[in-house]
Amino acid sequence: MLDSASLAEWLPDDTDAADGATGFTRRGFLKSAAAAGFVLAVQLPLARKAFAAADVGIVPPGDFAPNAFIRIAPDNTVLFVIKHFEMGQGATTGLATILAEELDADWSQVRTEYAPANAALYGNPMVGGAQGTGGSTAIANSWMQMREAGATARAMLVAAAAQRWKVPADKLTVSKGVISGPGGKKASFGELADAAAKLPVPTEVALKDPKDFVLVGKTATRRLDSKAKSTGTAMFTIDVKLPGLLTAVIARPPAFGARLKSFDAKAAKAVKGVTDVVEVPEGVAVVATGMWPAMQGRKALKLDWDLSEAGPKSTEAMFADYKALAAKGGGVTVQRADDHAAQMKKAAKTIEAVYEFPYLAHAAMEPMNCVAWLHDGVLETWGGHQFPTFDHMLAAKAADLPMDKVTLHTLISGGSFGRRANSWSDFTVEAVHVAKAIKRPVPVRVQQTREDDMRGGLYRPQYVHAVKVGLGADQRPLAWQHTIVGQSIIAPTPLAGALIKDGVDETTVEGVWPTPYTLPSPDITLQSPTQAVRPLWWRSVGNTHTGFVMETMMDELAAAAGQDPLAFRLAMLKDQPRFAGVLKLAAEKAGWDQPLAKGKARGIAAQFSFHSYVAQVAEVSLTADGRPKVERVVVAVDCGVPVNPDQIVAQMEGGVGFALAAALYGEIEIENGTPKQGNFDSYRVLRINEMPKVEVHIVASGEAPTGVGEPGVPPLAPAVANALAKLTGQRVRRLPLSRTTFRLT
Amino acid sequence: MVTFKLNGETREVDADPNTPLLWIIRDDLGLTGTKYGCGIAQCGACTVHFEGAPVRSCSLPLAAAAGKNITTIEGLQSKAAQAVQKAWISMDVVQCGYCQSGQIMSAVALLEQNARPSDADIDGAMAGNICRCATYQRIRAAIHAASAELTA
Repeated sequence: MLDSASLAEWLPDDTDAADGATGFTRRGFLKSAAAAGFVLAVQLPLARKAFAAADVGIVPPGDFAPNAFIRIAPDNTVLFVIKHFEMGQGATTGLATILAEELDADWSQVRTEYAPANAALYGNPMVGGAQGTGGSTAIANSWMQMREAGATARAMLVAAAAQRWKVPADKLTVSKGVISGPGGKKASFGELADAAAKLPVPTEVALKDPKDFVLVGKTATRRLDSKAKSTGTAMFTIDVKLPGLLTAVIARPPAFGARLKSFDAKAAKAVKGVTDVVEVPEGVAVVATGMWPAMQGRKALKLDWDLSEAGPKSTEAMFADYKALAAKGGGVTVQRADDHAAQMKKAAKTIEAVYEFPYLAHAAMEPMNCVAWLHDGVLETWGGHQFPTFDHMLAAKAADLPMDKVTLHTLISGGSFGRRANSWSDFTVEAVHVAKAIKRPVPVRVQQTREDDMRGGLYRPQYVHAVKVGLGADQRPLAWQHTIVGQSIIAPTPLAGALIKDGVDETTVEGVWPTPYTLPSPDITLQSPTQAVRPLWWRSVGNTHTGFVMETMMDELAAAAGQDPLAFRLAMLKDQPRFAGVLKLAAEKAGWDQPLAKGKARGIAAQFSFHSYVAQVAEVSLTADGRPKVERVVVAVDCGVPVNPDQIVAQMEGGVGFALAAALYGEIEIENGTPKQGNFDSYRVLRINEMPKVEVHIVASGEAPTGVGEPGVPPLAPAVANALAKLTGQRVRRLPLSRTTFRLT
Repeated sequence: MVTFKLNGETREVDADPNTPLLWIIRDDLGLTGTKYGCGIAQCGACTVHFEGAPVRSCSLPLAAAAGKNITTIEGLQSKAAQAVQKAWISMDVVQCGYCQSGQIMSAVALLEQNARPSDADIDGAMAGNICRCATYQRIRAAIHAASAELTA
């Protein structure tokens, strides 16, 4: 199995020797991983070392390619090689913005393409040096690297112009892709590409003073992909065209833990357009000339499954088990103060609550898919390769080929929210299995239907939290007891060795511990049972549940203490000016102190996640049938230097909508190993009529930029629940909100 | 053999007449702007115009298209379409972009019928189109912007 190896076994063999563009080494990773946790404080790499042309594809003669990220052609196009995956959050535009800023390229001359699989050149030091996108790290880990890369190229173009014009380099200026010199001399980047390519790469380059930025921090810098995505020309995996391309769907186990006993393909093979029916580890693949015949063929299969090991029994049974485990206590200690028991005894009153969180599907718009083509002794794949390091190794393994015979073509994807980054590389591997099983050198796309995608597991796990807080006579918290029960996301991955410390999966407890709040005399424990359902990170990971518990408990404690929820929080924040800052900003912009119309209430919540600070104030009313209506959400975000302010706004808007969908409706319920929900009719998501008005306020900052893809999610559900509690007196202990009928007090 | 007009051109297709139009457009005719999202007319990613009206092509059998005019995102030409796409691009509505062909097809059909839609009209016309990136606020703003351009 692939679930117990340390990451070291997974990384390409050559990474030990790699001291190049990323400075990443396998040994270095393990050392830093052990020291620094999931988000690793590895020194930011510089893109200085020369790279082999073969690593980045063929660089035509005359092109200027000073590093692995920039290629300038004589026709004056500036091509940026984007090392991060684009699933909608705008990483492509963000990285290009930073590169173009230091290069002083004109935004209109910028083109992008996605990097090949090569962790030595394109690794992400914030995910242990593996090549991959996740944890809202795309901008954070690339900021200095892209600045250096752009500045290096600029310096070389300037040097080439200085040589040509025989003037000192410091007499030259660069603006919008044009270098200007004394006496009205002008040259485009393209004109200088050939000459610049012959110059040595400088080892030290000056970076711009941020006050001189013309693209970074400017709302006028727009997305690079809006046109293609607004005209139907953007190419996703489902759109890949290759000669003779076949489409496959897989008949998958009807329950987690089910095994195929036998199947009869006769009727399936009789469907017009079906070319192959083959058994693969994932089930039985029906291969056809198109999606419809493949689906019809799958319907015609006769399948016999062994269901004797199907599980889990049911969602409700799991919650009962988890609550029993939480009540019994025990598990591993996350944090414990010696005086916890003594302090709890002193409490004038205690507040206790047990919270339940369901399994959640990612339900990205483009169901999982991948194209695989085995031909001439090589494998090529086209797909949403969010973690190329995993996908490359596992595709090679599935094809039984060495990694240098495997080429990944990374395409944009129709959303991910965590789903496409998984250490099983499930949808890549299944495509390779099918390509191999048909025993012909023909490309095949394995396309999951919505039901395949939604019923396939890899969910945000189900969790139970049990919390008991003791308040002193002065109404301040004295002791905090907290236990979390739920599957570890990291345990079944190769990151387990590095990222689970003393039995604690940080991604389960992040937000409870560590927390910006000064928690008095904590006693925090964790229990991580296993299930037949594979767990996976889901946009904002542990913060999806820890944020809800902490921020609704803050309100509950404030109410018990007879204090304003904002003031109560601020009193528990020591030396946390940025966290306090977003809370105050959101409150101020929302009119926290102003009265609201009858039938409406405000709730506030904040979460520090992925190094960014986000606070939200939600204004909520009730529909006639007792359903929450979120009317307005005011967001304050502090993510350091805002590289693309309008994209930060977009991520906050999107984070609010994504979080609200889950808060209102999101749950996958399981019965005898089978998920009940399979499509958008049963797994309801947010629609336009339910979208609140979202206002976003960005804190001006000179701090290094951090991420925004995930941090917009965590505060929304608790902010809404806090508003509902104010409106109805009802405290939400179980999500989604659709399980509760609310009544105005 | 089923004959219909796709983006103004007559097309003949030899396929099972029960095949959803979506797969005919994508797999048989090679136009991939129209997307698959759910297969049960819940998400709207596959929205095309059927005689000018927005329909979910994943749930419309090929047989129903016989002799009809079908328009996909690739065939958009009207003034309303131009205004919608311009607004979409200038306001950076998209995120992952996968649902946006369908969103745009629904928005264009709305503006072709009603050049000055209210928020409630927009909700009515657009509630069948899911966006998991939740770009809804910008979709609403872009429809209003396109409306302003059309009625200026």
